Amino acid sequence: MFNFLAKRLLSTLPVLLIVSVLVFLMLRLTPGDPAAVLAGDAASTEQIAMIRASLGLDRSIPEQFFIWAGHLLRGDLGQSYYYKTAVTTLIGQRLEPTVSLALITITLAVLVAVPLGVMAAWRFGGWLDKALMGFSVLGFSVPVFVSAYMLIWLVSLKLGWFPVQGYKRIADGAGPWLYHLTLPAITLSLVYIALIARVTRASVLETLGEDYIRTARAKGLPEVNVLMRHALANAAVPIATVIGIGIALLIGGVVVTESVYAIPGLGRLTVDAVLARDFPTIQGVILLFSFIYVMVNLLVDLSYVFFDPRIRY
Amino acid sequence: MTLRRRTAISLAVLAAATLTSGAALAQGTVLRVVPHSNLAVLDPIWTTAYMSRNHGYMIYDTLFGTDEKAQIKPQMVESWTESGDHRLWTFKLRKGLEFHDGKPVTSEDVVASLQRWGKRDATGSALMQFVQRMDTPAPDTFRIFLGEACGFVLEALGKPGSNVPFIMQKRIAETDAFKQIEEHIGSGPYIFKRDEFKPGDKAVYLKNTKYVPRSEPASGTAGGKRVYVDRVEWNLALRDAQAQVNALQKGEVDILEQLSFDHYETVKADANLQMPVYANVNAQYMARFNHLHKPFDNPKVRQAAMAAMQQEPFLRAQVGVKELYKPCYSMFICNSPYGSLAGNEVQAKGNMKKAQDLLKASGYDGTPIVIMKPTDLAAIQKLPDVAAQLLRQAGFKVDLQAMDWQTLVGRRAKKDAPDKGGWHMFATAWTAQDVWNPIGNPTMDTRGEKSTWFGWASDEKLAELRNQFMRATDEPTKKKLADQMHARAFEVGTHVVLGEYTQPMAARKNITGFFVTNSNLYWNLKKN
Repeated sequence: MFNFLAKRLLSTLPVLLIVSVLVFLMLRLTPGDPAAVLAGDAASTEQIAMIRASLGLDRSIPEQFFIWAGHLLRGDLGQSYYYKTAVTTLIGQRLEPTVSLALITITLAVLVAVPLGVMAAWRFGGWLDKALMGFSVLGFSVPVFVSAYMLIWLVSLKLGWFPVQGYKRIADGAGPWLYHLTLPAITLSLVYIALIARVTRASVLETLGEDYIRTARAKGLPEVNVLMRHALANAAVPIATVIGIGIALLIGGVVVTESVYAIPGLGRLTVDAVLARDFPTIQGVILLFSFIYVMVNLLVDLSYVFFDPRIRY
Repeated sequence: MTLRRRTAISLAVLAAATLTSGAALAQGTVLRVVPHSNLAVLDPIWTTAYMSRNHGYMIYDTLFGTDEKAQIKPQMVESWTESGDHRLWTFKLRKGLEFHDGKPVTSEDVVASLQRWGKRDATGSALMQFVQRMDTPAPDTFRIFLGEACGFVLEALGKPGSNVPFIMQKRIAETDAFKQIEEHIGSGPYIFKRDEFKPGDKAVYLKNTKYVPRSEPASGTAGGKRVYVDRVEWNLALRDAQAQVNALQKGEVDILEQLSFDHYETVKADANLQMPVYANVNAQYMARFNHLHKPFDNPKVRQAAMAAMQQEPFLRAQVGVKELYKPCYSMFICNSPYGSLAGNEVQAKGNMKKAQDLLKASGYDGTPIVIMKPTDLAAIQKLPDVAAQLLRQAGFKVDLQAMDWQTLVGRRAKKDAPDKGGWHMFATAWTAQDVWNPIGNPTMDTRGEKSTWFGWASDEKLAELRNQFMRATDEPTKKKLADQMHARAFEVGTHVVLGEYTQPMAARKNITGFFVTNSNLYWNLKKN
């Protein structure tokens, strides 16, 4: 196990190196000029050129890369062109809203989707199963921004239950924090509920046909125990995999959700940085996302040991 | 769950709610504003971005302001004199001016601030061409010595558009003009809360309780800057147009600086909302030619394009709300001090037949016109589509290229040929103050590749008229020269004016005290 863990952790290094080189090159080859963005609409070409020089963008691409990589090795992600603030500070400021939104979303999705999926499999072909399948199609098909606007219209504007936008830090109190994140989390969780519920249903349905389930029922075990302790436990590996993929996919989802609900998180930071051609910030955020992606995959792999004792690393 | 545990949780929630409401009470009256964009650069001299200018107006003060009638009025200045030969200007500062750290504003602060501004701003650098030296005979007095008389000293010092000559502390103003300042201490009506500034999230300004406003009523950027709220919060995260309107309707924010035209009717129909009148001159759409490359290096081709580009189709497509737009064939804004219509016939009386004839006569060789279209900037994104269609009808070949605004901004700075990454035409929008003055209007700089704005128009006669305008010291002469410049600009086709529009602002009905600013200023407002 230790060797596996060490190998996997070491393997993140080349992944991050490749990501950093690719991102760096892609950004430099993308049209757009950070200096022109910063200078404003009425700036002259000379002013833009001076800003470009002050940002070091007049140097060759390899030179720029080695300067950036040198800083990176010292743990310095550089300074945002746009905000003139350390990228690590910016990420630090934006991490809490995104992590909060992601955690609440995935918790909500698992709490709703897993029981729904198990019940749909249990009542295979019944109305609950059909309703869940219908909801799944909707959940996958409706874009996040559409469900966001519909929920805002109904839940915030008509019923007045939740705010339409904004974020309160957890330091301002758990109540306001949860109050502001509930609607965004519901919005974002819809697609994950659909995804996880479908996989849970399929996985549990498969195990329900196994001999040991028939044996458990023949022994007279209550149906809840049969479902939860035998069917669900044995169906857990694919469910854990899809939850892991869901966490990784959340990164894309938060970008849209944070924009619609005006949550100042990493998603919003990424959009702003891309629009402003803020290269250091884009590079920093993508490196962070890549790291999270690798770590989530590692955790999912490790969770297999817990769910299936036959798996050894 | 036991009763005890439930009680504990209830008490915790109650405590959290109490603490939160206590914090809100401590903040006093908070004006919650959704600005038109994000605030990134905090140095209003380093960039021309409007958000940085508006941030500047919150925390800094100016020597002069421009009132709603476009007249220059004293602000930090109490009195001034001008020598008979117009070459020596002496200014006395009013009493009680104080920076946010308690230090008095002195004439040395003023001179250092003007010197830095003169290195960055187009009008400022034009003024500095005339300035021989500045000195400070007393802490409340400064003098400007001109090598040659010029007629825009007060207009420059009181200019309302970017870059505004804001007065900073000497030690801060001595920062290299091409480096951003690190400290944000002004003497204006609000104090910037640096510790609460979260880029992309929010900017906070506290009322400067020591600020002494002028006695005159607020008007434009002039008059008394009286503050009736304790705190102004700029919500920098709320950028989605629909989400902005939702938040305003629900009362989560008080003011939307720029209401999208699509939501005009929604806000108009809402009894809790208002669209206050804050402007008495319109903003302007324009399309800019690249004068460096074929075929727009030929004035006859430019004139053909001008004749084809009638304003109504642009305004109808981009604004759509009839009461918010107005065709106006003045490069200096209709109803502004220099709002000339001289020589505009080529476009004002143009039509498609005329455009086709002019194009045939121009010797246009069929070079495809590269028009840059920003897909992510709703405020101007429909203009290039209309331009492309009208130019095609006139006989041009058009290559309409879609890109995001920042790509466009980077590309328009390139002087390369259009088929090598350059361009032929782009559209943009200006607030009135940026284009109403023949010196400040960037399109009037026609020094070819030396000119300060993209497009690099070249015309010696217009450049000479601009020089004469700078030197004119009486209004009738200035007006006459402005007319001549206007006629010449149409004759050589510096750019195409696409019409004027009013950018609506939206607010909750309980916000009062709006006045004509032609900008986004947050004094004089009350939250009832």
